[in-house]
Amino acid sequence: MDRRGFLKTSLVVAGTALTSKKACAQEQRNSEEFVGVLVDTTRCIGCRACEVACSDEHDMFVPDVVNDGALDEHRKTSDKQWTVVNKFETGKGDVFVKRQCMHCYQAACATACPTEAMKQMEGGPVIWRGNKCIGCRICMISCPFNLVKFEFNEWNPKIQKCSLCFERLEEGKKPACVKACPSDALMFGTRLNNLKIARHRIYSHPDKYVHHIYGENEVGGTGYIYLSAVPFDQLGFPNDVGNTPYPEYTKEFLYSVPMVLFGAPAFLLGLNALAGNNKPSIEGEFDTNNEGANDE
Amino acid sequence: MNKEAVVYASFGNFFRFLIQEMKPRGPWFTPFNVISIPIILIGVIILYFRFVYGLGSVVNLSQEVPWGLWKGLNVVTGVALAGGAYVITFVVYVMKVDKYHSIVRITVLNGFMAYTFYAGALLLDLGRPWFGYNPYIGNSFGFSSILFLICWHFLLYMLAAFIEFSPAVAEWMHWEKARKFLASLTLATVILGITLSLLHQSGLGALYLMAKTKIHPLWWSEFIPIQFFVSSVYAGLAMIIVEGTISHRVFKNFMEPNSHRSFEDIVLGLAKGAAITMFVYYFFKALLFIHEKQWELLNDGFGLWFLLEVIGFVLIPALMFAFGFKHKSVKVIKIAAVMALIGILLNRLNISIICFNWYADVRYFPSWQEFIVSMTVVFVQIWVFRWVVTRMPVLSSNHQHT
Ligand code: SF4
Ligand code: SF4
Repeated sequence: MDRRGFLKTSLVVAGTALTSKKACAQEQRNSEEFVGVLVDTTRCIGCRACEVACSDEHDMFVPDVVNDGALDEHRKTSDKQWTVVNKFETGKGDVFVKRQCMHCYQAACATACPTEAMKQMEGGPVIWRGNKCIGCRICMISCPFNLVKFEFNEWNPKIQKCSLCFERLEEGKKPACVKACPSDALMFGTRLNNLKIARHRIYSHPDKYVHHIYGENEVGGTGYIYLSAVPFDQLGFPNDVGNTPYPEYTKEFLYSVPMVLFGAPAFLLGLNALAGNNKPSIEGEFDTNNEGANDE
Repeated sequence: MNKEAVVYASFGNFFRFLIQEMKPRGPWFTPFNVISIPIILIGVIILYFRFVYGLGSVVNLSQEVPWGLWKGLNVVTGVALAGGAYVITFVVYVMKVDKYHSIVRITVLNGFMAYTFYAGALLLDLGRPWFGYNPYIGNSFGFSSILFLICWHFLLYMLAAFIEFSPAVAEWMHWEKARKFLASLTLATVILGITLSLLHQSGLGALYLMAKTKIHPLWWSEFIPIQFFVSSVYAGLAMIIVEGTISHRVFKNFMEPNSHRSFEDIVLGLAKGAAITMFVYYFFKALLFIHEKQWELLNDGFGLWFLLEVIGFVLIPALMFAFGFKHKSVKVIKIAAVMALIGILLNRLNISIICFNWYADVRYFPSWQEFIVSMTVVFVQIWVFRWVVTRMPVLSSNHQHT
């Protein structure tokens, strides 16, 4: 291995390393500013005004809440509707639950997205930006709650999921669903404040609520947090997502990347030097042992 | 003649040469052509529907199963099978083991082709491929994203593999100076290529790290990246054995007369390497299994399926490789290689498709269109591969096509 070769190699490798230089830089957000919605399922009356308001706000399919009988089945959010209300029959009577993107504090979808199309904006809303998205759908693979939806039947498909009405927040307004809710089941505010209120409700009505705020710790905390009278797995919430923020799962791998990018070439060059010089040169390619190959 | 005329004339020659080389050679009516041509044609029609009416018009994917056969088979499995290129270049250029020199070019070509076509398959699967440049240019870099890393590594690796292969192209074009220069880049690109492979082979596994709750616990582990990397080593070796065996049948006119003997010798060496890596992989899996105390997961269908994969298609081929090496039985080794490849296929498909959302009521099964398009990608790759092999000095040094 001569010096020139070494230089060449290191240059190439350094170039590559640059591309992942910032791989580990994790954005620091101010948790005081982090906003979200508190959903008190004991207050929800299942009127689905939030569904209609959401669809109106974002020019999407508006469900016919009076006649469509949608509460009879358990629906999921879809590429047509960012939020849905479902009815669960429980030991404490019918419980209505609004579901939508949870706006995780450390969002798996945004971490996994290769283009930052899915991005956590300052203050917490996780939004999708069409001019960046390549449609790879790794966000769907990564979301612990399966709440990212994709328009499979469009030639130019979009990702569809709740944006926490980011544009309205910018204008200083509340999300459309919160504004529409007639029974105060939805409450918009900073996450800290919402948590305070939630704890207070549990504390003052210990028999009414289960002592668990869903989203307080799940996947490292979410913007949407829920109160309930019955255990959350009876309401269709997954109980296997754990409290570890999802980006943690890939962090170690990402940390090892720069190390490998610099370490491996050095190691390989070392091996190459150790391997000795039992061959004339690497430039020989095929014709090292018969020089007459290129005789024209 | 003035200068311009000379330039034009040489350009003319160049294009005439290219056109000459574009023409098909050999008989048309072969079994491979008869099967592949209709499939490719249907594949193209399906792709028309895919781009006009959206993915949903041809694939069985759903909101719960966003990635299907195209990602699981063509990208995740295909890239593992292309691992041979970095392993062989490591052995030949870094460790300077001359014995394997004669298979370097074909293996690198294979690797390069695989990446080109599987990156292509990735584009077919992207919902918005027209924004596909976003990870590369502009300011949309998802630095915390594994897929972002893989995007870059695919591109750079393709470049590296192409430079590694380029001396053969230069030879074919009779560009002696360029060949010398390109060949001098070999070690640098080889080292870059190995480093990149290390990262993206494991990176493909890392894509599934955040799908923790969606993949069956027997397959999900935080060590998926390491498993993917180790298994890509023996996947590559097994692929070289299988692919080399086929090449020695199909392209025998393009090889040197004594290459058959030396190929058997090479196969023995590869078998040894494969056996060792497979044992390492097997014990790693076993350790993990014992450590995680997953015994009770074994007594259902998925458990048996897991045992089939790990014992039937890892341990047994590993033993066969070792046996074949010891008793110099190329036949046993070749069977072992095929089994090892099936093992890789099973493992990658299990993680990406079969055991993904394993608890769901409605399971994903690829549509026939997905199968056809997957095959189309592979067939087109073989067509291009065949075109290159029969024209450029890939298999033999003396065969100058003049
Ligand atoms: S719930 Fe899913 S889509 Fe919403 S922020 Fe979390 S990971 Fe992203
Ligand atoms: S589909 Fe779009 S938003 Fe989702 S990860 Fe890919 S690029 Fe990002």
